[in-house]
Amino acid sequence: MRLSADVLIVGGGIQGCSAALFMARRGADVLLVEKNSVGRHASGVNAGGVRRLLRDPAEVPLSVEAMKIWLGLEALVEADCGFKVSGQVAVAADAAEWDELSARAARMAELGWTHEELIGPDELYDVLPALVPGCLGGLIARGDGFASPYHTTMAIRAAAIRTGARVVEGVRATGFKREGGRWQVASSAGVLEARVLVNTGGAWGGAVAEALGEPVPLVPSAPMMMVTAPVPAFCEPVVIGVHRALSFKQAQNGTVLIGGGHLGVPDTVAETSSVDLRKLVISARTVAELFPVMRSAAIVRTWSGIESRLPDGIPVIGPSSTEADAFHAFGFSHHGFQLGPVVGRILSELVLDGGTNLPLHPFRIERFR
Amino acid sequence: MARLDAVVIGGGPAGLAAASVLAAQGARAVLLDEQPAPGGQIYRAVETASPALLKLLGDDYSWGAGLVDRLRASGAEWRPGSTVWQVTPDREVWVSRDGRSELLQAGVVVVATGAIERPVPIPGWTLPGAMTCGAVQILLKTAGLVPEGAVLAGSGPLLYLVAAQCIAAGARPAAILDTATADNARAARRHLPRALKGAIGRATLMKGFMLQAQIRASGTEWYRRVTDLVLEGTEAVEAVRFVYRGREQRIATGLVALHEGIIPNQQITRSLDCAHQWDAAQRCFRPTLDAWGNTSLPGILVAGDGGGIVGARAAEHAGRIAAAEALRQLGRLDAAARDRLAAPDRAGLAAQLAVRPFLDALFAPPAAVLRPADDVVVCRCEAVRAGAVRDVVAQGCLGPNQAKSFLRAGMGPCQGRMCGPVVCELIAEARGVGLDEVGYYRIRPPLKPVTVAELAGVSLDAEA
Repeated sequence: MRLSADVLIVGGGIQGCSAALFMARRGADVLLVEKNSVGRHASGVNAGGVRRLLRDPAEVPLSVEAMKIWLGLEALVEADCGFKVSGQVAVAADAAEWDELSARAARMAELGWTHEELIGPDELYDVLPALVPGCLGGLIARGDGFASPYHTTMAIRAAAIRTGARVVEGVRATGFKREGGRWQVASSAGVLEARVLVNTGGAWGGAVAEALGEPVPLVPSAPMMMVTAPVPAFCEPVVIGVHRALSFKQAQNGTVLIGGGHLGVPDTVAETSSVDLRKLVISARTVAELFPVMRSAAIVRTWSGIESRLPDGIPVIGPSSTEADAFHAFGFSHHGFQLGPVVGRILSELVLDGGTNLPLHPFRIERFR
Repeated sequence: MARLDAVVIGGGPAGLAAASVLAAQGARAVLLDEQPAPGGQIYRAVETASPALLKLLGDDYSWGAGLVDRLRASGAEWRPGSTVWQVTPDREVWVSRDGRSELLQAGVVVVATGAIERPVPIPGWTLPGAMTCGAVQILLKTAGLVPEGAVLAGSGPLLYLVAAQCIAAGARPAAILDTATADNARAARRHLPRALKGAIGRATLMKGFMLQAQIRASGTEWYRRVTDLVLEGTEAVEAVRFVYRGREQRIATGLVALHEGIIPNQQITRSLDCAHQWDAAQRCFRPTLDAWGNTSLPGILVAGDGGGIVGARAAEHAGRIAAAEALRQLGRLDAAARDRLAAPDRAGLAAQLAVRPFLDALFAPPAAVLRPADDVVVCRCEAVRAGAVRDVVAQGCLGPNQAKSFLRAGMGPCQGRMCGPVVCELIAEARGVGLDEVGYYRIRPPLKPVTVAELAGVSLDAEA
């Protein structure tokens, strides 16, 4: 194995694989190393929401741009990613939630965004006929949807490799230093050498930043999911809660995926996580309450995956504040999947052009100094 | 949340013995089992079996009645119809009964979930009319039903036992298609001296000879060294095709009972992430245990076939040994008292195990079943074929969990029980590495499906 490259990407989730793909498409010499296997953690096991709805305003420009890439992603990677535009709806079950959604709609209109639309109860029940009576309305993003996270990440990996990127799994980067204007990265496969270093390490990205002298308060977490046996079709869009921790969607095969931010227990050393069944009891109660039709659905599997959160709930994306020729994109705080393709493009622009047109200021790493 | 000294999961010989000893020594012990009556698979419904059925099924079956009597006398609480769907490393046991789930907190958990029949993926095995020898025996034990004109295919002690029991019940099988190879017999010969050394080994082998003699005397067609088994049919099994002495044969039948031995049911210990190891002799994974049945997690013990196939009598000894250790962990016995309590069972267990290497070698499953051809379905829930597993390995898939993500193999309601062993073998073969390196599925709760309403209805500590 050749251990040098122009660009070394550390971390083989959707962010790293997308970066490898967009850079390789422009002819860059890219080496991606992944300590485990591609898509092993957050990128492979997340709920698969392709969502602009209710994102932090700082993320909206990126998310809107990402959605444009998503619409052509399956053609770009020449593979089925399970992507479907189903719409996503946030449901207001009480007055406080309705007030929040109304304020959100006003704020988005003010900022000039048009993808989120406030709907009253009539239209809400047209879209979600199985919803428990008494809900007040919702916020809908009709162009949002979902995809299969593992297939998407693996398809991007395969496309990157076809385009000329080298993707090496089972190699752990352990030490980072710069000598004579080149990165010398110690790894389980020997010293990796590159002009540019890109950190897309997910929950392990904080360790890389720390090695570069710019620690961030990244906290590992383990969002949990449950999936049911197939039930008759009752729900077209992805449903998310406002104050209730809930997200769920029915796949084409009839199974229902229930997520929503209840957290299990991560172990970043053993690289495993475990579910907290007590919290899944709460999650089941929310589902049973809002969608009575779901009460008889059989849960066949639950799981959790290791992700990570930053205190302000948005990622670090941009150049290192301490080292030249180093860039970060990690800490996506449970909602990085949809951003993956655009972050890959942004990283390719940062590395190959020295800048991007998308507003990255809110994501700068210096904010944690 | 109910607090108990010991929760024993599984009411077969190991669980019956463990729960009886625990309760007899004063521990508050609960025995959970999915079935309506104690006995597990081997002694299923033994309490209610008619004299005629007891005679038909023989002494090895009626032996279980004594175990059940001891359980009833011990004071252990027997909870039938209980489906354990999760056990945590903190020894919380989530169990469903009559559509309601509850949470039990155990001081120690003894996992006595026994064995499952090894999946036998051959062309056509998913057709109605293809069943397992174990399923035939369940019908016999619970309903007194015997199949007419069935073909029994595969190998292993259970296959011969079921054949003999069908014959005794007046329903001679249409044929036995024996897949044990000549290599097996050669490999087994090496273990014969040890098997013959003890009285128990000699008795076991004698029983085997008697069974075979009974089958031969009945005039049942018995094809040995059969290969290339295929079940034919469109809606259901119509015939079985096979190669015998180099020639293809075909037998018309609507019912084929398959069997290639049994393997540990590792779902609970896998979901707990206990250490496991590949057992090359038995061609299966088993949890790594010490001499007392301790897993790699404190307070979680395994007894019986769930820790590696040992047979019913050995499982009973292992259950009592694990119970003695559990009593020590609960502070009811010191180490010396534990050793004294377990001593007779240690000797009994050793005597039972002497014949095991011989049996393992003699009935080793054929390669075609371990690693089926590309067009054979391996995951029944998601209809994934062996070729698809080989394809994803070629695309860079390194282990069963990635195969699961790629193909959905193992994602169905059976939680990978049916496809796990085969998928792992296929990946090991395609990668050219050992099974320990390939590993196994991560098993996620629930171990058995539970409805949203039932999960929502579990009463948590703060509310209790």
